[in-house]
Amino acid sequence: MARSLYEAIIDGVLGGGVYALMAVGLTLIFGVLDIINIAQGILVVLAAYLSYVLETHFHIDLFVGLLVTVPAMFLIGLAIQVLFMRPLRGRERVSMSLLASYAVAIILEGVLYTIFGPNTVQLNAWYITKGVKILGGAHPYYLPYIYLFGFGLAVVLVVAIYYILYRTQFGRSVRATMQDQTAARLIGIDVNRVAALTFGIGVAVTAVGGMVYGSVNAFNANSGYDLISRLLAIVILGGLGSIGGALVAAVFMITVEAVVDIWSPSWSVVVFYAALVLVLTIKPTGLFGKKEARAQ
Amino acid sequence: MSALTRWIRPGLVVALLAFGALFPLIYTSPLTTTYAIDTLIFVGGVVAWNIFSGYSGYISLGHAVFFGSGAYTVGLVALHQNLMGGVTFALLPLGGLVAAAIAVPFGLIALRVRRHTFVVITIAVFFIFQLMAFNLAFTYGNGGVSTPFATWDPATYNNPYYYAAFLIAVGAIALSWLIRGSRFGLQLLAIRDDEDRARGLGVRAMRVKLTAFVISAFVTGIVGGLWVLFIGQALPETAFNPAYDLSVALMGFLGGFGTLWGPVLGALLLEPLQQEITQRFTSGYESLIVLGGLFLLVILFLPRGLIPTGKEWADGLRAWWERRGQPRPGDGLAVPGTAVAGPADGPVATAGAAERSGAPGPGGAR
Repeated sequence: MARSLYEAIIDGVLGGGVYALMAVGLTLIFGVLDIINIAQGILVVLAAYLSYVLETHFHIDLFVGLLVTVPAMFLIGLAIQVLFMRPLRGRERVSMSLLASYAVAIILEGVLYTIFGPNTVQLNAWYITKGVKILGGAHPYYLPYIYLFGFGLAVVLVVAIYYILYRTQFGRSVRATMQDQTAARLIGIDVNRVAALTFGIGVAVTAVGGMVYGSVNAFNANSGYDLISRLLAIVILGGLGSIGGALVAAVFMITVEAVVDIWSPSWSVVVFYAALVLVLTIKPTGLFGKKEARAQ
Repeated sequence: MSALTRWIRPGLVVALLAFGALFPLIYTSPLTTTYAIDTLIFVGGVVAWNIFSGYSGYISLGHAVFFGSGAYTVGLVALHQNLMGGVTFALLPLGGLVAAAIAVPFGLIALRVRRHTFVVITIAVFFIFQLMAFNLAFTYGNGGVSTPFATWDPATYNNPYYYAAFLIAVGAIALSWLIRGSRFGLQLLAIRDDEDRARGLGVRAMRVKLTAFVISAFVTGIVGGLWVLFIGQALPETAFNPAYDLSVALMGFLGGFGTLWGPVLGALLLEPLQQEITQRFTSGYESLIVLGGLFLLVILFLPRGLIPTGKEWADGLRAWWERRGQPRPGDGLAVPGTAVAGPADGPVATAGAAERSGAPGPGGAR
């Protein structure tokens, strides 16, 4: 056995923390805008490439580079919402927004392929190659620092999002919009502004997610599919629109995958999706989802 | 409706059928017929997708599951029995049946949820199937399944495939037409408009949705089976192809989601275009950008699709034409003003009503 259960669980929990951050962005966007942003996966890859460019061409450290990539991703998110999501109206708005974000994802995939080609790259820094020694019995095992740093940063950011949502005026507007858009509009909340900023924040977290993902995995433009399918599974499992649910589901799913990976790497992904299907057969709204509102 | 307009639609259908039947005799170039077969495969696929997604309003992005299952079934049986040539076409219903059998548990799980969650489950199931095709022993992993090549005359090699694809496409359209006009079809449209209300009115929603899902899967499986016979090889990433899911949805939306002819039009327009783009741009990546950009344009500017929007324009034009024939206020009348308002208002009002009734979703445009 290549890896022990113990190692798999550590990997799963730490990796799950980063997925949780990306999933929180996705579920936040859903809660406020009623849109599933299929482009979230490729945006993570885009962010990873941004970090890669900063690192290789400008020799900027990955964590310092976040000062550039986070605002950049925020603006990209804002632009996507204003240009492609806001104009959508009418009875098929929900399906249309899903397809529109899918279209954005394909365009970005094409652009990334054209610029960077199909070869995979990986981010590089001292904390990716070096690790902290963890006593694992007879086989000592090195956990790269990036897992710890990434997990720490993800925790800080999730706490920050919680703080914004529950302790600021803007957060109150966001939560009001999540509960009832019409009522929020009636009491004077600028719903369009809230929607655009939420989309921006939801996409901005991919900057961190992409940086950590790109450090741990070799990636190319195709990695977007892998990412989005996992993220979707996580947010659906946690219950759409539930931030706490996304956190629990992310850690749970990634740990399950890491543990199954010990026995059979090729089947671990199948188990991942099968777990989703199983949970939904028992509880169609996901773990922490509220009963779905009646379709308009 | 005048006698002329009554005969336009059947006349067009007959003309289309005749053109389809004569197509390989007129355009004999193998390249052209290859394009035509690909296009007809997509016509069948999109019409099948529309029977479920278009009529019920549940957007499936997992129909490649049925396409791939049909393809693998037909491919594997042809390979193991070493079948080739015309007899392989007899396997197509088997591909459809396997896809339909998969649709039953798939539907029972996925159709319990609505909207976003449904879409995501179809995507998840799709990935499970693609990974299974990669991992299982009997699907031969990465290498996929190759079917024996038919020993037909190279000059007319494509023709049997063309006619098979043509028959399947026509059959799918006929099935879609029958369903749309039936009580079952109306129940589906009611679910699409308001599922809770439909349920309240006595529609057995789960049974109706599942039936449509299985029918749709059956046709998609047949289409997938024909595809593998024509291409000669099924790989996990080409038989279970995320681009298939997306293309089918795009074509359906472009032509007119939930209409009878919209999906046909969407496939006839987009598949040749897609082939052309792929040929033109060698890297294949630019074609992604073009396809995505096209998709965005359709969603932003033609959100209800070509057929409903076109019908709206035609209605507007007809209203304008009818208005033109009427005397304008003041024309040839000694006393202009109030007396004229009556007759002049009539046609305008009815035309407005026709425009409105043509506009909203499922019931209106065909």
